[in-house]
Amino acid sequence: MKELLLIGIGAALINNVVLSQFLGICAFVGVSKKVETAAGMGGAVIFVITISSFITGVIYKCLLEPLNVTYLQTIVFILVIAALVQLVEMFLKKSSPGLYNALGVYLPLITTNCAVLGVALTNVQKSYNLLEGVVNGFATAVGFTISIVLMAGIREKTEHNDVPAAFQGSPIVLLTACLMAIAFFGFSGLK
Amino acid sequence: MNKSMERLYNGIIKENPTFVLMLGMCPTLAVTTSAINGLGMGLTTTVILAMSNLMISLLRKVIPDGVRMPAFIVIVASFVTIVQFLLQGYIPFLYESLGIYIPLIVVNCIILGRAEAYASKNPPVASLFDGIGMGLGFTIGLTAIGIVRELIGSGTIFGAQVMPSFYEPVTIFILAPGAFLVLSMLTAIQNKVKMRAQQKGKETKIGSGCTGSCASCSSCSMSGKKE
Repeated sequence: MKELLLIGIGAALINNVVLSQFLGICAFVGVSKKVETAAGMGGAVIFVITISSFITGVIYKCLLEPLNVTYLQTIVFILVIAALVQLVEMFLKKSSPGLYNALGVYLPLITTNCAVLGVALTNVQKSYNLLEGVVNGFATAVGFTISIVLMAGIREKTEHNDVPAAFQGSPIVLLTACLMAIAFFGFSGLK
Repeated sequence: MNKSMERLYNGIIKENPTFVLMLGMCPTLAVTTSAINGLGMGLTTTVILAMSNLMISLLRKVIPDGVRMPAFIVIVASFVTIVQFLLQGYIPFLYESLGIYIPLIVVNCIILGRAEAYASKNPPVASLFDGIGMGLGFTIGLTAIGIVRELIGSGTIFGAQVMPSFYEPVTIFILAPGAFLVLSMLTAIQNKVKMRAQQKGKETKIGSGCTGSCASCSSCSMSGKKE
């Protein structure tokens, strides 16, 4: 239990997926204009990464390892993730229209979000077992949500600030991310 | 031959993926802690980009339109796996320091973007040179950013001491926040150049930054799959 907690805190705060591993920057810059949409994106990412880290974990342990073809992991994982996102989208559309309306628009954007593949590969690299992998995936996605929602909050506040013309748009977002990354360094004391 | 040179020029200068199109930001931020890492990542991406462009161009009449995105992804992922083995075997220190970012080349928007925008519509030789040009442009971008970060962050370039001994390295430049800071300055400069060009009334072909490109990149990949 204690180990799972450590993995969770490590993935969510200390090694934050956006601010220290630079995965999912595109979504972080692109979908962080409003807190509402940022939260929607975060929800979709939590959903997909948690499921995908479970499924890629099962495939790795039950298929790739016994067949001795672990070198195929990159190819297999990316295809599984792409197919999974499609399946999740179709499933949500049929079974829970409410959730689909909330998350649906963000799902197609997730396939190319490198955080999903990144988590699957990290799980293998650190040789986590299935449960640890799922916890790591969930916590990483929570870390993503924390940072994107925080960023959206800051952007809403600074929307009408007098930003120099050249810094409008993505430069000021990246500068904010820089300050946030410094703040997140504080969490490394938690280790 | 002229066409090939034009593709090289286009990739390195006119549509430089790092400085002009602002594509592939994740590796740009992550691996540019030193010049050698930036150079290694850039060249690795160049090899994969050139090979996958060539392969996709050769197969462009065979791949059905409806499944072209998954097909492209499989081709790119195969080359990434091959290159990963080569790096592990021959340049282990680079393999160690790039780590997880080597397999993540699969989801680099530059590669799928070039496959979709150029290689799937043009003959093999031009596509090969398009890949090489784009890759070299990316390499130059990553190496330049790596040099700046390494110089300020640890006072060295390619591991050789450059700054005088009394210089106190600003370590934050080789840590995560430094990456955001450098990229922020870079995009601001790019905006400035764009604005100046617009004032002169010139047509600019400059992309709208990572946001636009990546969103369009993923949306086009999805539209391909849905058909």
